[in-house]
Amino acid sequence: MPHSLSPAEIDALELSLEVATRSVLWSLPLAVLAAWLLTRVRFPGRTLFDAFVHLPLVLPPVAVGYVLLLLFGLRGPLGSWLHEHLGIELAFTTAGAALATAVMTFPLMVRAIRIALENVDRGLEAAARTLGAGPIDRFATITLPLMLPGILAGTVTAFSAALGEFGAVITFVSNIPGETRTLPLALYTAIQSPDGNAMAARLAVLSFVLGLSGLLFAEVLARYMRRRLGR
Amino acid sequence: MLSVALSKRRDGFALQVAFDAPTPGVVALFGRSGCGKSTTVDLIAGLLAPDEGHVRLDDVTLLDTHTNQSVRAERRRIGYVFQDSRLFPHFNVAGNLRYGQKRARGVEQRIGFDEVVSLLGLASLLARRPGQLSGGERQRVALGRALLSQPRLLLLDEPLASLDVARREEVLPYFEALRDRLSIPIVYVSHQFDEVLRLATHVVLLDAGRVVAQGSPGEVSLRPELRAIVGPEAVGAVLDGVITAFDPARSFAELRLGHGTLRMSARNVAVGASVRVQLLARDIILATQPPHSLSVRNSIEGRITDIADDEDGAKLVRVDIGGDIVLARVTTDAVEALSLQRGSAVWVLIKAVSMRGHTFTAPATSPTF
Repeated sequence: MPHSLSPAEIDALELSLEVATRSVLWSLPLAVLAAWLLTRVRFPGRTLFDAFVHLPLVLPPVAVGYVLLLLFGLRGPLGSWLHEHLGIELAFTTAGAALATAVMTFPLMVRAIRIALENVDRGLEAAARTLGAGPIDRFATITLPLMLPGILAGTVTAFSAALGEFGAVITFVSNIPGETRTLPLALYTAIQSPDGNAMAARLAVLSFVLGLSGLLFAEVLARYMRRRLGR
Repeated sequence: MLSVALSKRRDGFALQVAFDAPTPGVVALFGRSGCGKSTTVDLIAGLLAPDEGHVRLDDVTLLDTHTNQSVRAERRRIGYVFQDSRLFPHFNVAGNLRYGQKRARGVEQRIGFDEVVSLLGLASLLARRPGQLSGGERQRVALGRALLSQPRLLLLDEPLASLDVARREEVLPYFEALRDRLSIPIVYVSHQFDEVLRLATHVVLLDAGRVVAQGSPGEVSLRPELRAIVGPEAVGAVLDGVITAFDPARSFAELRLGHGTLRMSARNVAVGASVRVQLLARDIILATQPPHSLSVRNSIEGRITDIADDEDGAKLVRVDIGGDIVLARVTTDAVEALSLQRGSAVWVLIKAVSMRGHTFTAPATSPTF
């Protein structure tokens, strides 16, 4: 079994990294907003919103992919609008893979950010207020920096999970080499082909290493940040 | 003049507080835990909204529910030192100090960074993180941070409550320096009467969400409502005076009151210094004839103005000693044996050493009677 990765495998790895990066970048601001709404704002339907945010955790990924296909497919209500007005095509594209991944990892990110936000001492915000800081100023200089360890840890965890997202991606954007065939999809394809054992083994080990290092990195980062904050 | 009138109902607790205090000066909000002191300062700061009321400082209205005026907390320019200091953990000491200063641009800078650092002795702490500071250091930084926001009013909410006795002694002199050197009005919340005696120019006594007495420390010290809060052992008249003589070798000083002179055991005082003493009621002896051959250093002639019931078997006797009032606790037995009654002439005997530990540097601006 050769130890170096084949061009197809490197393609899959690069594609996975790209999809994960795009999905995390898009979902991060929304996740901060959702965490803020869930922690700080009382509004009717909050419990329903909370459940909705967490839905991808409990739904079969295939079901999520199917819903995305119905909504964002070329004939779907959102998909056709995006295509007509913005020229954005999501079905069977890398962008679509990023969207499916973002939806699936969104609860993980919201959860981490929400815990970080709940741990911010509101007394510090009140102190900043008496020192002349308005709402946006307070958020930018006190709340956000104090949430940062949680945000980073949540982002790294979501990124690691995004590298491995399978069901929603294959359902929504199919398994197109170089376009939507990410690591887990390439692994699945290798397992399906009669002479793909060595490739499957290499990709499995690669996924394992990526996942583990992601989780370790998140933990180390969180510890370092907490120490910097003197806690 | 700081004029405050506020009412707020919350979780079954009704707060109704009103006081007017001269400025500059230190208004002490004094009372037991849970009497509404912290809620009152949160309302003054604008961190809570009252049901009704006003907050006026000199000619500035910060809040008036009748005219629908309410300056937002971040615009009130009220410095707030919290019991738990609330330093920002992600800034070092210098960053914390400058946080409020940066946001006070455009306001007249009455106190600068270097001045605060030297006034509060913060020079060696500037690069440190809040997590590396002791409790006393943290409160000094919190005070400096509040001062640099150029406040028109300073709220100190039990700033020493989380410190042990030694650390309190480390911070208290800074508060005294603040009171005497800067002309920022201060509202000082405490449940320690000795802190109030050291700092206050005006005392507001709170009990169960209401003001039960207010006035100068001397006036409030004579009020029966105080006894319920500080306990019978701490009851005693508070008198302000000026040191007229001091003999360091014998640790002996003379304090001129409104009319009389008090001889007292004292250390580290200077002639001309304003000094506040508390004469504990339990330490005072009354005599119906001028005493002879006693070790007691003060025997002052006076006249009884009132005799009130105190605890079991004791009376609290109020004696006018030439304009100043002192309180003496004597047994009912003694009152009957000496036939003490309102109008009786008596000699008040006060041991010079009884004032040890009950002597404070009085506010320089405080009036002497």
